[in-house]
Amino acid sequence: MPMDPETAPVRPPFESWGRYPSYDATLKPLYWQGDFPGALAGAHSGALPVGMGRSYGDVCLLKEGTLLPTTAMNRLLDFNAETGLLTAEAGITLAQILDFAVPRGYFLPVTPGTKYVTLGGAIANDVHGKNHDVAGSFGNHVPCFELVRSDGTRMLCSQKENPDWFAATIGGMGLTGLITWAQLRLQPIVSRMIDYQGIQFHGIDEFLDLKKQYEQVAYTVSWVDCVSTGKNFARGIFMLGDHSKVPAQLTTTPKPKLVFPFNAPGFALNRASVSLFNTFFFHKQMKPHVSTLQDYEPFFYPLDKVLHWNRMYGKRGLLQFQYAIPWEHAKEGTEAILKEIAKSGLASFLAVLKTFGDIPSLGMMSFPQAGIMFALDFPIKPNISFPLMQRLGDMTLEFGGRLYPAKDACMTAPQFQAFYPKWQQFTRYKDPALTSSFWERVTASEGAAR
Amino acid sequence: MSSMEHTQTATNAEQQLPIRYAPTAVTDDAAEAGPRRILVLGATSGIAEATCRLWAARGDHLFLVARNADRLHVVAADMRVRGAGYVDTAVADLDDTTKHAELLAHAVNSLAGLDLVFVALGVLGDARESERDFAEANRILQTNFVSVVSLLTWLGNYCAQRHHGTLAVLSSVAGDRGRKSNYVYGSSKAGLSAFVAGLRNRIDREGVRVITIKPGPVKTAMTAGMDIKSGMADVDDVAATLVKVIDKGSDVVYVPGKWRIIMAIIRAVPEFLFKKLNL
Ligand SMILES: Cc1cc2nc3c(=O)[nH]c(=O)nc-3n(C[C@H](O)[C@H](O)[C@H](O)COP(=O)(O)OP(=O)(O)OC[C@H]3O[C@@H](n4cnc5c(N)ncnc54)[C@H](O)[C@@H]3O)c2cc1C
Repeated sequence: MPMDPETAPVRPPFESWGRYPSYDATLKPLYWQGDFPGALAGAHSGALPVGMGRSYGDVCLLKEGTLLPTTAMNRLLDFNAETGLLTAEAGITLAQILDFAVPRGYFLPVTPGTKYVTLGGAIANDVHGKNHDVAGSFGNHVPCFELVRSDGTRMLCSQKENPDWFAATIGGMGLTGLITWAQLRLQPIVSRMIDYQGIQFHGIDEFLDLKKQYEQVAYTVSWVDCVSTGKNFARGIFMLGDHSKVPAQLTTTPKPKLVFPFNAPGFALNRASVSLFNTFFFHKQMKPHVSTLQDYEPFFYPLDKVLHWNRMYGKRGLLQFQYAIPWEHAKEGTEAILKEIAKSGLASFLAVLKTFGDIPSLGMMSFPQAGIMFALDFPIKPNISFPLMQRLGDMTLEFGGRLYPAKDACMTAPQFQAFYPKWQQFTRYKDPALTSSFWERVTASEGAAR
Repeated sequence: MSSMEHTQTATNAEQQLPIRYAPTAVTDDAAEAGPRRILVLGATSGIAEATCRLWAARGDHLFLVARNADRLHVVAADMRVRGAGYVDTAVADLDDTTKHAELLAHAVNSLAGLDLVFVALGVLGDARESERDFAEANRILQTNFVSVVSLLTWLGNYCAQRHHGTLAVLSSVAGDRGRKSNYVYGSSKAGLSAFVAGLRNRIDREGVRVITIKPGPVKTAMTAGMDIKSGMADVDDVAATLVKVIDKGSDVVYVPGKWRIIMAIIRAVPEFLFKKLNL
């Protein structure tokens, strides 16, 4: 029953996906494009637009600040059924876009491993998918968007209009202003199905050979066993797929019902259980090479079936480590890092290996760059995890790579500033009213000018 | 209005598509009966918007009325993109009852008839302020009760004369019993519920369905500042329920359904005890 509207700000928990770090913030949801910048009134310690909080660390957090959730701003504004050009408010999720587009014979041009992210969040992190080699990152498929600054300025941004703001905002981590709406170029499909193949490999060389052999396949990704050593070192499964060319069902996906019900106890994830899981996963695929027709849901979003699977890591949360290392050092870097991880005794269920192609990102601060990309999740064990993340970050730097802010909770200011040398140029486009815990952290020390 | 043109281009575009890209048909019975002509008053309210999306997806024709032009504009765009067969809009402050007849006649004209009216306008108001200052109380009563009575008088007569149509009116569980925390809002909805019940009693026999909808707290912009411990209902779930019950033509609907039981209990508490409670 309707109760009093409280004058006090609401503080329901807003967690990022990793559940670490955890900060209090005031939530002021945006319902309409015109709600910003008015919603900033009273936001003294800064503000930050946020989407679904599907980033792992603190790019979508602001300690003691004001978070502006955008998910109620989820309207479709225009759709051209012939070209697949969709215009929508930035708070719409990719799941909602798929519900609309798939029955009409269209699919996302690029999608991350979960569909529960917003259009704005996907642009702000310039997310990548399994088709980076052939499609580049998300921003490459966004012809234009509107950016609203805290002083009320509204800008149409594209490669022609306000191109510098366009470049700063793609991958701009929500710091350049609010994206109110954006255009997205969808790709045509004739079926929900994916022509899928899974191929076992042993070691990075075999992985790279496979990659070369299947160059023309749109979607590729590999799962790697990062626990096993010796002859099983860096074994994995190379998974690839293309949208099926055989016209078939184009229906929406039913809502998931399975919810991971509780925070798993800390001992549930250890080296032994992960090792068991990995061996099971590797051999679940009975033959070295399988080929089948698979629905797009399990292919792109294997984990979305279980909402809140992050609870599997317990209350403490998890850390993700994700790098891109250029070709020059890709193989040696990846092997060295895999060895370092195996040595640490920490285990990861989700170790994902893939390659980035050479279509350049449009964003000034975008993460993807040609080479090898590797991502894994660690449970938090304070004495081991943090020093390990530190070492892995330094190794990444040594091999000329960089870490992904969207997945990060640990990189230091010197690391960040070396990974992203354009960061100083980027600060010119930062909105003075907006900031994030991530940004405060990576620009704080070493006398860095902000 | 340019909305007509807009809709037509979309339709043509769809027709030119190769067959494999054709949108999958909506298969429920109501949609098979053809698009319905729906007038929505207070179309930018959270519940109205979510419900309209489902109607739009099945190709219904919509006439949307709201106060704020910018908001109405994006809501109308959304409905067009989602597949509404026809969308027209009018910006109007419905507190001004002198304009109602003209507006409603225009809407009916634009839709070329009327199958369903969704009355979703309403304000929560500032409960504390309304205790102190009658101006605030008056504002709440004007929007939630007086204006709606004016609209329903015209619409009730229109539908009764034609022996056709459904009037679905958004009231609230808050109207079931006055409570200290928001009795002005509650009484505006109590009055509305009584009015709607009487109207139903009068025109049901003319073949007009009149539905009272009593939502519990729903997560929308209206309830944004509220601190409610027990989970608020999801607006999309509420919308899905509403589409179903409106098709069915029920009389009094509680959404979510548990509120029928909760309110039965709350109504049963004797007054000498109720006045001591902190509700
Ligand atoms: C299971 C899983 C798999 C994933 N797989 C991938 C993957 O394959 N590839 C990949 O690249 N990422 C991946 N991610 C990360 C995820 O795609 C990104 O973090 C994404 O940006 C999250 O979107 P969000 O809507 O949740 O945004 P949030 O996490 O809430 O916010 C992300 C950033 O966007 C900004 N932002 C949000 N909305 C706006 C707006 N309207 N205007 C301006 N700024 C805004 C925020 O300020 C913040 O900086 C994965 C995450 C999960 C949980």
